[in-house]
Amino acid sequence: MNLFYVVAFLSIFFSLLVIFSKNPVHSVLYLIVTFFTFTIHYILLNAQFLAIVNFIVYMGAIMVLFLFVLMLLNLNEETEPLKPTLLKVMGVVAGMCLLVTLAGSLKALSVSEPVVLQNVNLGLVKNLGKVLFNQFLLPFEISSLLLLSAMVGAVLLAKKEA
Amino acid sequence: MENITQAIQGIPLNHYILLSSIIFAIGVMGVLIRRNAIVIFMSVELMLNAVNLLLTAFSAYRGDAAGQVFVFFIMALAAAEVAVGLAIIVMVYRNTNSADINVLNKLKW
Repeated sequence: MNLFYVVAFLSIFFSLLVIFSKNPVHSVLYLIVTFFTFTIHYILLNAQFLAIVNFIVYMGAIMVLFLFVLMLLNLNEETEPLKPTLLKVMGVVAGMCLLVTLAGSLKALSVSEPVVLQNVNLGLVKNLGKVLFNQFLLPFEISSLLLLSAMVGAVLLAKKEA
Repeated sequence: MENITQAIQGIPLNHYILLSSIIFAIGVMGVLIRRNAIVIFMSVELMLNAVNLLLTAFSAYRGDAAGQVFVFFIMALAAAEVAVGLAIIVMVYRNTNSADINVLNKLKW
């Protein structure tokens, strides 16, 4: 029970560091730690498949892509464009307003029950694979098309115009 | 395995919703206060992840596997989105020599 709150605190702390650190490279590194805490959350929920996929796709593929582009463009603290302080304060106030609205509407809900795993094997690969390839077969195939088109689009966009 | 699933027994669902709301709000703040296009992109990823966590929590709470399948699709979509988005940022950088979004005001009314 305590582990959830520790990990939740860590995810909030590191995601705050992501948006407030001046150096974009540090931001990416903190984002990796944030994603790792999310992986721990998935393991706590016994969603093992999602934990592994999160680990591989987010921490492996997406973060490498971010770091690669960041270092390719040679962005660092000196080239970092900064907004005026007034706009920053306004942004934080706006975000806090959103948070207060969400938390306030949460209060209006009825008393929440504790999360009890109804089916302990729910998040295992065997169970999810059965659902994925029966009920969600068409979306699964379409997502392969999406990935293909994204790949073609990325290559076309990043290529120098001849 | 047993003690892992024991660890979350008794966490109210509201705490998961609150955690996801906080992370989502942090992502919104990041979009609002930064000017570097890549950092804004990372904030968007943060928001996507907050929603993923909430979907997984609801899926475990209801005992319905569809939520976790949705999270899987969102992850595939995020990978595609990052590939195209970073390609666009690289192209913008090549044309303007900066990743500053304030340079991109040609369409401003």
